[in-house]
Amino acid sequence: MKLRQGQFSFLPDLSDDDIRVQAQYAIDNGWAVSVEYTDDPHPRNTYWEMWGHPMFDNPDAAAVVFEVNECRKEHGGKYIRVIAFDASPGWESIRMSFIVNRPATEPGFRLVRQEAEGRSVRYTIESYAVREPEGARY
Amino acid sequence: MDNPCPTHIDLAAAFEESGVRDVLRELDDTLIGLEPVKSRIRETAALLLVDKARREMGLATETPTLHMSFTGNPGTGKTTVALKMADLLHRLGYVRKGHLVTVTRDDLVGQYIGHTAPKTKEVLKKAMGGVLFIDEAYYLYRPENERDYGQEAIEILLQVMENNRDDLVVILAGYGDRMDRFFASNPGFRSRIAHHIEFPDYTDPELLHISERMLDAQNYRLDDAARAAMAEYIAARRRQPHFANARSVRNALDRARLRQANRLFNEAKGPIDVGRLSLITEPDIRASRVFRGGLDVDRMNGDRLDAQGANRQAAAE
Repeated sequence: MKLRQGQFSFLPDLSDDDIRVQAQYAIDNGWAVSVEYTDDPHPRNTYWEMWGHPMFDNPDAAAVVFEVNECRKEHGGKYIRVIAFDASPGWESIRMSFIVNRPATEPGFRLVRQEAEGRSVRYTIESYAVREPEGARY
Repeated sequence: MDNPCPTHIDLAAAFEESGVRDVLRELDDTLIGLEPVKSRIRETAALLLVDKARREMGLATETPTLHMSFTGNPGTGKTTVALKMADLLHRLGYVRKGHLVTVTRDDLVGQYIGHTAPKTKEVLKKAMGGVLFIDEAYYLYRPENERDYGQEAIEILLQVMENNRDDLVVILAGYGDRMDRFFASNPGFRSRIAHHIEFPDYTDPELLHISERMLDAQNYRLDDAARAAMAEYIAARRRQPHFANARSVRNALDRARLRQANRLFNEAKGPIDVGRLSLITEPDIRASRVFRGGLDVDRMNGDRLDAQGANRQAAAE
């Protein structure tokens, strides 16, 4: 099951050139672009591992593509995303976020039912991937 | 649908359109002397323009190697020309942003194991889409210390120069003879650099012209006696150690302005007009210790100077 998170996730995977153009858009708007990776695709997992520092003062997006490819060398089997942080006063949040790399197989999520008080049932989801310990997931 | 290649191109129109003419004209107007450099840049611009046209017609596909080396003595305008070069490459579409990142060994080489690679990569990333200017590049290579981290920086640099040719242009700069030795011991660099440009020293009249240009930019001027003194100053300064062409001239002028301000302050009895505020006179320049034999003479007398005298000395160069 293909993970649909962030922007462009219903489109075909982005090429390096697509990544460059999108990252350039973020840079031109004055947002700090950074690269992050994870092997826990749960939608509420907001804080992924950082790949290097956010790129505050790189005027050209070629640097972003360069870092994405460096990250792929190390974490090619995990999810990698590019995010753009807007630090302008009154905003201070993520403006863009899109996945640029995904594992070869994505096992998807299962529905977990928990019996609660009375006959009520609580629902949650769990990725099949996280049944394995960290580092052995994909 | 395939895009048919154009079959002919108007080079003159392309020249106009790209704005290269403006850069070249600016180069001619703002830089004094440096004729060989200017002609090399004109040639390079022509080559790149033709190359661009060839690529548009489908005759050439590879990005030409654009890495350069600028050799010459200090203060001969290498950084200034590098700025113009970045602008030129940007207008011709060879770099996307056209900014110049100036670094030296300290910015590339780390202090402990594992520090160099991230540091070098950080700088390279910053320079992507523009021009990376490495001043005194030969300091990267220190043959006397085989554990020197400079070698690591060189390797990363070479790799990126080769693999990311579309993303950045590297300009190495430094003194001629030391650059030659640097290239001799790093053949990888020599083969990756297509354009070697030599910067000659300025002649005395050129330096005088430059000094007037610098003052003009700051709304100062020299009177006739001061101009004569400046010409003598330049001739005398050239024979002394650590002469750095235009940079020495700029420093001399900064100190002359200091003395002028001091003089006005001490002399002024009433209101001062614009003319006097912007006029640098002969004594402002003559007070320089260059006329008294320069730094070395001062060092010899230095022991006898009290602290106050030393301060005055510093202000007087």
